[in-house]
Amino acid sequence: MPISHARLIPLCLVLAAPVLANPYEHQLPNGLRVIVKEDRRAPTAVHMVWYRAGSMDEHNGTTGVAHVLEHMMFKGTPSVGAGEFNRRVAAAGGRDNAFTSRDYTAYFQQVPKQKLPEMMQLEADRMRHLTLADDEFAQEIKVVMEERRLRTDDQPQSLLSEQLLATTFQAHPYRVPIIGWMNDLENMTAADARVWYDSWYVPNNAYLVVVGDVEHRAVFALAEKYYGVLAARPLPARKPQQEPVQAGLRRLAVKAPAELPIVMMAYKVPVVRNVADDVDPYALQMLAAVLAGHEAARFSTNLVRKQRLADEAAASYSPTVRGPGVFYLYGTPSEGKTRAELEAGLRAELAEIRQNGVAVEELERAKAQLIAGQIYKLDSMFSQALEIGQLEAVGIPHTQQQRIIDKLQAVTAEQVQAVVTKYFHDEQLTVAELDPQPLPSAPRARSSLAPRH
Amino acid sequence: MKPSPLLALFLLLVVQLAQAAPRIESWQAPSGARVFFVENHALPIIDVQADFAAGTAHEAAGKAGSAQLTRAVLDLGVAGMDETQIANRIADLGAKLSGGVDMDRASVSLRTLAMPDKREPALDLLRAILSTPQFPGEVFEREKARSVAAIKEALTRPDTIASRAFWTAMYATHPYGSHATPESVGALVRSDALAFYHANYTAQRCTLTIIGDLTRAQAEQVAERLTSDLPVGPPAASIPVPQLPAAGEQRLAHPAAQAHILLGLPALKRGDPDFFPLAVGNYTLGGGGFVSRLMKEVRDKRGLAYSVSSYFQPLAQLGPFQIGMQTKKTQTDQALMVTRELLATFLAQGPSASEVQAAKQNLIGSFPLRLDSNRKLLDNVAMIGFYGLPLDYLDNYPERIEQVTLDDIKAAFARHVRLEHLVTVVVGGE
Repeated sequence: MPISHARLIPLCLVLAAPVLANPYEHQLPNGLRVIVKEDRRAPTAVHMVWYRAGSMDEHNGTTGVAHVLEHMMFKGTPSVGAGEFNRRVAAAGGRDNAFTSRDYTAYFQQVPKQKLPEMMQLEADRMRHLTLADDEFAQEIKVVMEERRLRTDDQPQSLLSEQLLATTFQAHPYRVPIIGWMNDLENMTAADARVWYDSWYVPNNAYLVVVGDVEHRAVFALAEKYYGVLAARPLPARKPQQEPVQAGLRRLAVKAPAELPIVMMAYKVPVVRNVADDVDPYALQMLAAVLAGHEAARFSTNLVRKQRLADEAAASYSPTVRGPGVFYLYGTPSEGKTRAELEAGLRAELAEIRQNGVAVEELERAKAQLIAGQIYKLDSMFSQALEIGQLEAVGIPHTQQQRIIDKLQAVTAEQVQAVVTKYFHDEQLTVAELDPQPLPSAPRARSSLAPRH
Repeated sequence: MKPSPLLALFLLLVVQLAQAAPRIESWQAPSGARVFFVENHALPIIDVQADFAAGTAHEAAGKAGSAQLTRAVLDLGVAGMDETQIANRIADLGAKLSGGVDMDRASVSLRTLAMPDKREPALDLLRAILSTPQFPGEVFEREKARSVAAIKEALTRPDTIASRAFWTAMYATHPYGSHATPESVGALVRSDALAFYHANYTAQRCTLTIIGDLTRAQAEQVAERLTSDLPVGPPAASIPVPQLPAAGEQRLAHPAAQAHILLGLPALKRGDPDFFPLAVGNYTLGGGGFVSRLMKEVRDKRGLAYSVSSYFQPLAQLGPFQIGMQTKKTQTDQALMVTRELLATFLAQGPSASEVQAAKQNLIGSFPLRLDSNRKLLDNVAMIGFYGLPLDYLDNYPERIEQVTLDDIKAAFARHVRLEHLVTVVVGGE
């Protein structure tokens, strides 16, 4: 008979982000931090290892090396041969993968809970003992170039985003695509990957996040056992590489085979540096929600439905990143409307808020979404682990999660209006336009369905 | 926020899901709709999904695109509320409305918080969407224009061009081979959507799946409320049996850097007991992610592709078996050759004994990962309900996998993947 807690919910709802010790945290003598969130709903666990090294830590000539190393991490150590890592995770009934961002590189396995120790052993092994053989590198770099062709070169919107960032930033390494420039990939060597690995893959630059049906003290003990033997090493100096102040509108276009144009606008804005004292980043996040956070938000209502100016229109902003902040507005003009008309429409939405502010109920609506999202997030162990990991990557302790939610809840309509006035100027703006080109020949059969066999 | 003693209690009371598959309860609502329910109070969340036999295979002749467009406009106007009011209500409640259309099904899903002040208005709105859609003319025309634009854009992309050519090659004039085009969608009128709705969104064609923080008695009330005013009609006519194509290869020009390659054939129906040997075998062939033979030969050994896989997509009628990859266009023929040889060898010899063992170990071992959230439960239970699979399908899954033998795998592949019916489509390439 399921136990009901229905009467407790209304009181618990606002407190859903844990205020108890859960998640638990422990630091090993070698500097590795271990964060465990117990979630007993199902007999599974997710294990993640995060390294505070992403594409923003790369240098010219070897762009993409963070991501290439991520691929090479599956290519073996002296005790676990090439391909063996995946085989062992599969044999454990697990799923594994990895992801590289501008700010970090992370590896994860989702497994039945009893397989967690084996996953920790495998990850600890490759944290220090990667083989990085030349022949494996020679094959894998080809795979990465195929990945770039698939995800960037043949995707007009990805090409546009890549060019937009390369123009928005001129000094800060956020200008470089995570996957790297193709020519850098073509000239990359196993030695480049080795330098990267030796520089950043150390316990004092890493942390574990474990969420699932586990007991935190047992996980801490396993971490001591497997990761505790790895030695700490000094990290390379991280230079700030601050972006010089932009002093005027930048505009670019990309031509690519496509049917629909795209307009993307990128404004330079601040991000969270001090969770407790900052105000503007939270106001910017609520602004993004008011503009485009849901189907009832301003862009859908005004640009897509009422004015029929856009087929799609969106805003996005991430307040928790290591590097400089960007607030994006983007969309696709509807049939018969031009890119210039859509850009004017997006600007008009900002001007409207600058002049008249936002309604209290709009802000309340965005906050209702935020609270519900906190509950829905609890349905996925992976999402919970991801959120902890991403905050920590930026240097924000996971214990600040509830503080951030509180700060977002406290944003006022006046603060939203104020950030529009303060940051959305042409001097801080870069506009990118996709200029669609017809396919050289309309897709046609070079051969009809010809019989085989 | 201060720590609350009530919260501590709340966390202590969180009910652990049983290790075994969850108990699916099922009944028929007074309307005739079939209901599938899993009670789970671990989180204050309720997921509801209504599935209708209203996929693209149920479109009338000459009305390609009507299933998608009907679903797109369904929640954009109900009795007494326009689309803005609906969107505002959903947002105010912190609810999520989603759904989609495939060949067999149209789905409408609601996720809501379980507290009565959120749950009740959210369910009322879902009832209105299912039972009183208005298909406002202006909204219909706008969504039609957006749909046409999206199809035009998709038709410039090599993956869409390849997928469409592939399905046409596999299914020819069968409904699964039909595609919405800018012309077919452009010709649709509001009455087409109304007609499609009244014919297909009926209680008799509906399965309702409910997961989460409700009791059985509450779930029964919810099911009755959500389906009692649905249109009434005969059960869905069955989708015709597709004819298997003759083997063949088609190449279409495209300027992309990579060629998109698809090989496959109509292969498997939902509920076919061969599903289990095919699942175990395909894990080794191309379904097992990084450890599959396709991944090892095409990606790891030769660096020919980033992504390569094979899978079965069982449908109400024979759904496809499909191998797909993308490779630099100069490597097209090499990638095709490697893939064809690998497939032929696999069909002739099957997996090795150790591969069979590894496949079973993963498919059985990873079973808890398929059920460790309400969202995943919803997907599984909705599929079981819609396709009429046995209610103990999840309970028996590990055992059915364990029973598969090498001979079962070879025999099942021999029945379902016959090379004389394998079609190949290449878009781009040289």
